[in-house]
Amino acid sequence: MSLELIGITVLWLFLYGYVIIASIDFGAGFFSYYGRITGKEGVISAIITRYLSPVWEVTNVFLVFFYVGLVGFFPDIAYYFGIALLVPGSIALVLLSFRGAFYAFDHYGTKRIQLFHFLYGASGLFIPASLATLLTISEGGFIIEKNGEVRLLMWKLLTSPYSMGVVILALVSVLFISASFLAYYANRAEDKEAEELLRWWALFWSLPTILASFIVFVTLYQHNPEHFESMLNHQMYFILSLLFFLNALRLLILKRSYGWMFVSVALQFFTAFFGYGKSHLPYLLYPYVTIHEGVTNPIMGQALITAFVFGLLLLIPSIYLLLRLFLFNADYLKGKTAK
Amino acid sequence: MDAYMQSRILIGTTLAFHIIYATVGVGIPVMMLIAEWIGIRKNDPHYTLMARRWARGYTVTVAVGVVTGTIVGFMLSLLYPGFMRLAGQMISLPLFMETFAFFFEAIFLGIYLYTWDRFKKPITHFLLIIPVVIGSSASAFFITTVNAFMNSPAGFRLENGEVVDVNPIQAMFNPATPSAVFHVLTSAYMTSAFVLASIAAWFILRGKRNDYYKKALRLTMVWGLIFSFATSIAGDVSGKFLAKYQPEKLAAAEWHFETKSHAELIFGGVLDPETQEVKWAIKIPNALSILAGNSPDTVVIGLNDFPKDELPPLFVHYLFDAMVAIGSFLTALSAAYLVIMKWKKSWEWSKFFLVLIVWAGPLSMLAIEFGWIYAEIGRQPWIVRGFMKVIEATTTSTEVGEVMAMFFSLYAILGIVSTIVLIRIAKKVTVEGEAEKQGIALLKEGE
Repeated sequence: MSLELIGITVLWLFLYGYVIIASIDFGAGFFSYYGRITGKEGVISAIITRYLSPVWEVTNVFLVFFYVGLVGFFPDIAYYFGIALLVPGSIALVLLSFRGAFYAFDHYGTKRIQLFHFLYGASGLFIPASLATLLTISEGGFIIEKNGEVRLLMWKLLTSPYSMGVVILALVSVLFISASFLAYYANRAEDKEAEELLRWWALFWSLPTILASFIVFVTLYQHNPEHFESMLNHQMYFILSLLFFLNALRLLILKRSYGWMFVSVALQFFTAFFGYGKSHLPYLLYPYVTIHEGVTNPIMGQALITAFVFGLLLLIPSIYLLLRLFLFNADYLKGKTAK
Repeated sequence: MDAYMQSRILIGTTLAFHIIYATVGVGIPVMMLIAEWIGIRKNDPHYTLMARRWARGYTVTVAVGVVTGTIVGFMLSLLYPGFMRLAGQMISLPLFMETFAFFFEAIFLGIYLYTWDRFKKPITHFLLIIPVVIGSSASAFFITTVNAFMNSPAGFRLENGEVVDVNPIQAMFNPATPSAVFHVLTSAYMTSAFVLASIAAWFILRGKRNDYYKKALRLTMVWGLIFSFATSIAGDVSGKFLAKYQPEKLAAAEWHFETKSHAELIFGGVLDPETQEVKWAIKIPNALSILAGNSPDTVVIGLNDFPKDELPPLFVHYLFDAMVAIGSFLTALSAAYLVIMKWKKSWEWSKFFLVLIVWAGPLSMLAIEFGWIYAEIGRQPWIVRGFMKVIEATTTSTEVGEVMAMFFSLYAILGIVSTIVLIRIAKKVTVEGEAEKQGIALLKEGE
């Protein structure tokens, strides 16, 4: 496998990791705020807090990883995106900062302040929306280069049906992924009431997810027929994705094997994400940057891959420890250990 | 104002804000490690409580540090796309590794914070702070190598504008790396110790006169002295680095125009830029030559050896002086405290002394700011010294002004709210209350 292919695969895996973990996080923030204003706080907040507290910082790192890796492997893309994304990128950054900081203020402060909770609950929905538009931009048509000057066509981006479709897909996916994970988590914690509520939320958001996916397909056909064509050539991934989705839906309805249910959801997004990414190649930014032209020098590329392998050797045991202590520890899940 | 100036103001403000949180983010885990270790060794629950209380405040500062750090990372490509396109080819390795280090820290910090009472042996919990310290200091190390690279780029050649012969390890361990890393780490540890000392002194002044605070003040002041001593050595090493690899920066700090040996160190004063004469300054003969190379015979390169348009602004002299003055004052203050602690105990909590210590934390942070502003402005007009000027790297976007307002409001809100939250934690969760809850005895002064 060539250097650029290894690079983009690694980065794509990181982005996928971010999508799943951040979705759980964003959705949980929204659900906990929703629970608070609808008086269901007692039912779900314990579950959500117990999951979120130890892992919130870890979430952000996935995104930074993706970005730093992207700049490292493909310095050219940093140049194009850097100029074009000043405004949308800054908005996403400010939202992310708000969310992270107010989560900490809300949780580690001495008093639970409703405004803080609202800020971090609401920002959790705006962030996926703004990040999704960044992905839309890579489809091309929104960035132009004229006489060496790079510019973003903001108005076109905001009014494009394709862009709107992606934003909707991002929002409902966040809520679906999050609810299905939290349902699984509540089930592990043997909290029947929370489990039932979260299962219902997962079901509620399941069909909109698929509906939004179809909207994206259709609008992509109009926006970038070349990519659409390429996606049809990789249709196997999307069919697999649908099958995983149906399996998750089946398990949700039958209230069975929550673990496999969430694994199915994760695989549903993995296959779709992988298929989307693969059919997007060789373009990083259509039609200006491809992975072949934009790639860094081979020495740096190898150094990055080496660092990556060693980094994983360090991180995987640490993440395992984190998961064992908080996610798969029966006593902790049930809230039996002292905080 | 053009994008060039706007970008400089925006990135400058961002860094100035971030560095406050980043500094305590690197230093406080070290203090937590020390306190928890002493608590276990002496079997003294006061020290354990200390580590626990510091950890509680730390979670708030680390949150702001994380989000502003993320902003700095992204902003580098948003405001300086040209920089990332060039330097990304040589220096993305440490940037990449920094994320790993931070990841490592974040995971163990999460575990550390939520497992105070979960292990049978206290030593198990202590072990968890070690990866946090390693992770945060390693983060500082990696990110400092990137900054060092901007000061003394290495590990590549330019051939017809193309980057060739890239050596990422050489780029990372460039000539500025040892002194910069040494200086950044020691000053972060020192500042954190003094910030914690300030808080303890403030509470004692407010009448909380018990043995918990006595121990907290002693511990932080003793380590403050150790770290400020280390920082002054690191400062000396940095001076020697500058003299050799970035002489215009040292010369600008010292208003040193003519290349010569037996150069004098200038403190304060007013410069007449036309005649290059310095008035009303304290001048120490030979001291600059000694700083540059340990001997009065060392030849120190002066500003007149450089093209005029490649020199930093000369007001950095005052930043440099203020940094050195604060550092010396804090070393003296903590040394005096140590003497009093040993031989003149009745003065230990004298009001005069406690007030000075309350100022130690903010002053120390101010020195960090001065030092960093000196380091960054002193590199002007370069973003990568000798290879790329800031103006060449700046974005061509016309919208920097719009996002600037957005970021400034964000920093204002984060700064104010984080301060309020911290004050509220300190006031509501008192030492006395926590000690009572955990069954720890507190001895009032004189008991």
